[in-house]
Amino acid sequence: MTRAMQDAVTRGIEPAAARRSVLHAGAALGLALVLRPARAATSDDLRAAVTAFARGAAVREGRVLLDVAPLVENGNAVPVTVSATSPMTAADHVAALAIFNERNPQRDVVVFRFGPRAGRAQVATRIRLATSQQLVAVAQMSDGSFWSHTVDVIVTLAACVEP
Amino acid sequence: MPTAIVTMPTTAKRGEVIAIRTLVAHPMETGYRPGDGGGVLPRDLIRRFQCHYNGELVFAAELYPAVAANPLIGFFTVATESGSLRFTWDGDNGFAHSESVAITVT
Repeated sequence: MTRAMQDAVTRGIEPAAARRSVLHAGAALGLALVLRPARAATSDDLRAAVTAFARGAAVREGRVLLDVAPLVENGNAVPVTVSATSPMTAADHVAALAIFNERNPQRDVVVFRFGPRAGRAQVATRIRLATSQQLVAVAQMSDGSFWSHTVDVIVTLAACVEP
Repeated sequence: MPTAIVTMPTTAKRGEVIAIRTLVAHPMETGYRPGDGGGVLPRDLIRRFQCHYNGELVFAAELYPAVAANPLIGFFTVATESGSLRFTWDGDNGFAHSESVAITVT
């Protein structure tokens, strides 16, 4: 018998009603679990950092890919690869690729700048992640358009906690 | 004296896209970690990385505290002509290091 039911019985409420209240509590918990991903919507200062990088221009989804393991064991060195689809010609190339994070002390992670001579807009590096959070990669094209890709990562061992 | 490793092909065909990997020894101290005395360890970062191909800038990176220690950067460039690629790292406390690698393009 659950605590809620015991309380109900001691207060003289019918057990059936108590069961209902337990069921309601369970339903509310289930609802909370269903709603939880919605809470993971891009945080305000992450969005602000992306907007600042884009200098207010519209940032659309697509054309850029942030490749990172969804489950990270060690946040001190997380391998990431960011790439964008582009012919990389003088007329049409990727000007910059940037990575932003949601919950490190600072939003910026790294910014890569390219010219048409870069050949391929793909960079591999290793970053630190303080906790489970969202990462956003933003590509700035030579025509001035901005594209983004958002990834959720779970970090089991955080960076910055051990000396 | 900091050490850096650059891995790239030394010969290439003209117009070929070559892969370059660079690794430099540096603690990338964030300025957020507590030190032994109870204070915060002072920030010590590499702020900028550049790759010049025969004097022309082909790739650059701006690094922030969220880049892991001993920054690894793997990128690409087009082999246009024989010459040398110069890699430079600049950072806090006057940190500056550069490496040069010769390439023969056929």
